[in-house]
Amino acid sequence: MSSRDDILAAIRNNRPKLDRPLPDVPAFDAGAPSSLVAMFKASLTRMGGLFLDPPESGDPVQPVLEKIASAKIVCSTVPEVSGNRVIGSVRSPAALADVDFAIVRATFAVAETGSVLLDDVHLGLNAVAYLAQHLIVLLDPADILLNLHHAYRRPEFRERHYAVFHTGPSATADIEGVLIHGAQGVRSLSVLPLPRTVTSARQS
Amino acid sequence: MSSEPIPPKGISTPETAQVRASEDGEVIYRHGQRLDHAEAASKPLRSAPEKQPRGARIRGNRPIDQAEAAARFIAAPEHEEMHDARLWDLRHKRDREMQVIPEWETLRALASAIKEHTLTHLDEYLEQFEAHAQGNGVHVHWARDAAEHNRIVHGILRDHGARSLIKSKSMLTEECGMRHYMASVGIEVIETDLGERIQQLDNEDPSHVVVPAVHKLRTDVAEVFAKTIGTDPDNSDVHYLAESQREATRPLILDADAGMTGCNFAVADTGTVTVCTNEGNADLSANVPKLHIASIGIEKIIPRLEHLAVFVRLLSRSALGSPITQYTSHFRGPREGGEMHFVLVDNGRSARLGMEEFWTSLKCIRCGACMNTCPVYRRSGGLSYGATYSGPIGIIIDPTFNARKYSNLPFASTLNGSCTNVCPVKINIHEQIYAWRRELVKQHEVPFVKKVAMKAAGEVLSRPAVYRAAVATANAAIDHLPRFVIYNGLNAWGKHREVPNPPDQSFHSWYQQNRGEKP
Repeated sequence: MSSRDDILAAIRNNRPKLDRPLPDVPAFDAGAPSSLVAMFKASLTRMGGLFLDPPESGDPVQPVLEKIASAKIVCSTVPEVSGNRVIGSVRSPAALADVDFAIVRATFAVAETGSVLLDDVHLGLNAVAYLAQHLIVLLDPADILLNLHHAYRRPEFRERHYAVFHTGPSATADIEGVLIHGAQGVRSLSVLPLPRTVTSARQS
Repeated sequence: MSSEPIPPKGISTPETAQVRASEDGEVIYRHGQRLDHAEAASKPLRSAPEKQPRGARIRGNRPIDQAEAAARFIAAPEHEEMHDARLWDLRHKRDREMQVIPEWETLRALASAIKEHTLTHLDEYLEQFEAHAQGNGVHVHWARDAAEHNRIVHGILRDHGARSLIKSKSMLTEECGMRHYMASVGIEVIETDLGERIQQLDNEDPSHVVVPAVHKLRTDVAEVFAKTIGTDPDNSDVHYLAESQREATRPLILDADAGMTGCNFAVADTGTVTVCTNEGNADLSANVPKLHIASIGIEKIIPRLEHLAVFVRLLSRSALGSPITQYTSHFRGPREGGEMHFVLVDNGRSARLGMEEFWTSLKCIRCGACMNTCPVYRRSGGLSYGATYSGPIGIIIDPTFNARKYSNLPFASTLNGSCTNVCPVKINIHEQIYAWRRELVKQHEVPFVKKVAMKAAGEVLSRPAVYRAAVATANAAIDHLPRFVIYNGLNAWGKHREVPNPPDQSFHSWYQQNRGEKP
C-alpha cells in the first residue's frame, strides 16, 4: 500500500466513532462602531503600524511623497505614486534586495486587528513586501471590514494563489522580550487612506 | 549594556528617531503608549550575566530525568527569574486580550467543536484538501513517519539540484529531526526565525513552541553570535544582536535554492496552507526561492475558510496576548514560474486518534498558552523535558512517541488545571496528565517510589473522609515536622521549593463550622 492509503486506512480504523457536528460560525458583528476607519487606525497603531493622516487639501499622496523624498530606490506598484524601479522589469525576487520603499495597494483591511490584505495580483512580485526596507500601503477607506469573520468571506481567498494579512511591520521580541521592528522583513509599515482611482480599480 | 544600539541601516526616516525616544532606550512608544505587540514584554525585564544552564541529559532510550535538569535551571537564578517573569507576562497579556472580547468563550467552544468534528472525519477532509491543492497546481506527498518525511523533502530538493534551504519555524520539522538529517546528506538548512536561528547556531533544540530561545539571556545570545556570526562578544544590546542577525541572514535568504514553511491551518475546502509569523520570515522563505515546500501535520486540517477566522482570532491572543501575528499568510498555489509541494505527515498522529483518553490532544494549535501559565514549566525551562514538545501539552503528547523515555514527564505537573483553563481549543490537559500517570503505571514505566506515592494518593483521593483526615494531618504535619521530613529525597517537589504555609483551617472544616447546619 502507498503511504497515502496506509495513513487514510489507519485514520478510518482509529477515528473516534462519535457524533461531532460541524458548528455554524456567526459573524460576531453586533455593536459595530460607527467609524471603521478610527477602529482600524487604533488597531494598526497598537501593532506598530503607522497611519498616515490624509492632508486636508492639496495632493492626497503628499504624506507618501514626504516619506520617500530622500529614498534612493522606490518600487511602486500603484498608479498614484511613481517610483524608479518597475516591478515588471525585475527578473528575480532577489533583485529587489536594494529597494528602500515599496508602495502597494491593499485589497481590503480589517478594523478589528488593524490588518491590510495584500495579494499576488497587487504585489506583482510577492517578495517586494518583505525585501524592501519600508512598506507603504494605500487603502481605500471603503474597503475596511469589521472583523476576520467578514474578511474570510472575501473571494480573494478562493481566487488568489497568495494572500497575506500584514499587521504592522516585521517584528520580533525573541531576546528577553525586547521589541524589534524589522526582524527579517520591513522595518516600517505605513498605511495611507486613499480611495481607489478608476485606474487602480481596473488594475485589480 | 555596553554600547549604544546601532541605528537601523538603510533609509533614516523621521519615525525611527521618534519612536526610539523614551526614558527606556529599548522600548518603542507610539502616542505615549508602550508597544507590546508580537512577543514583546509589557514591562521592562532585565537580567545580569550568568552561565546558561543546559537541558536534560539524553541517554538513549533511558527515561529523561526532568527533575534533575529543572534543578540545574532553578540553580541559575537570573535565567529562572527572567524565564518565569517573561512567560507570566505573556499569560498576563493573554488575559488582557481575552477580557476585551465578549465572545471569547464562544470562540473557544467553536474552536473545540470544529477540531473534534474534523478529527472524527479526518480521512474525508484530508482527501478534500489533497484534491483541492492538486487542482491549484500543488504537488501533494504523504509521509507515514519522520524518516519518510525527511526522505521526501530530500528527494524534492535533489530533483531541483537544491543545496541550501531557508525555512521558517516548524515544530513538525523539529519532531522529524530534519536539520540533522539534511546535514547528513549535505543540504545546508538556514532557520530564519530569530529565536530558532539562535537555537540552530547554538546547536540546541527550541525550548518553547512559540518563543524558541526564551530560556536564554541576552548575554547567552551575545556569546552564541560572537562565536558564529562574528558579533562583538562584549555587546549584548538586543537591538545590535537582532540587527546583526538580520544582516548575516539576508544574503543567505537571497541565495537559497529552496524555501520551507510549516503550516498552522490547512483549509480543506480551498487547499490553502495558512502560516502565522511575526517576522515575515515564512513569506521570505516561500516567496524568494522558486521552490516552496510546506510540511503539514495531518491534524492541522480545518474544513472551511469561515473556520479559519475562529482560529486566527484565538491563536496569537492565546500565545502572546497580541490580537494577531504581524503576518498571516495564505498559500494556495505556486507563483508564476514557481513550484509548491505539500508534505502531509502522520508520524504517530493516526495512532493517537485511536487513544480513547488522549485523542483530543490532536486539537492542539501550538499556541503555547499552557506552557506560559504552567508553574512547573516556567520554573524549569523547556529543555528540562528533553523532548520536542515541553510543558503541559508536551507531557501528554511525548509519551505517545516513546512511553519509556518520556515516562517521567507526566509527573512534572501540579495538576492545578491552569493549562486546561487557558487552552483555546479546550483540551482537558490536566486530566490527560493524570490519565497518563495511570497509563504509565499500567505499562510498568513508572519508578517504584512514584508508584507507592501514587497508590497512596489514589486511595486517599478516592475516599473523601480519608482525604479530609489526611489534609488535616498534613497541614498539622507541615507546621510541626522538621524540615528534613518534608524536603527529603523521596519528594521531588520539595527539593527546590518551600512548601506553602498551610491555611489554619481547610475550606471543608470552615464550611462545616459556619454553614454546615444551614440548608
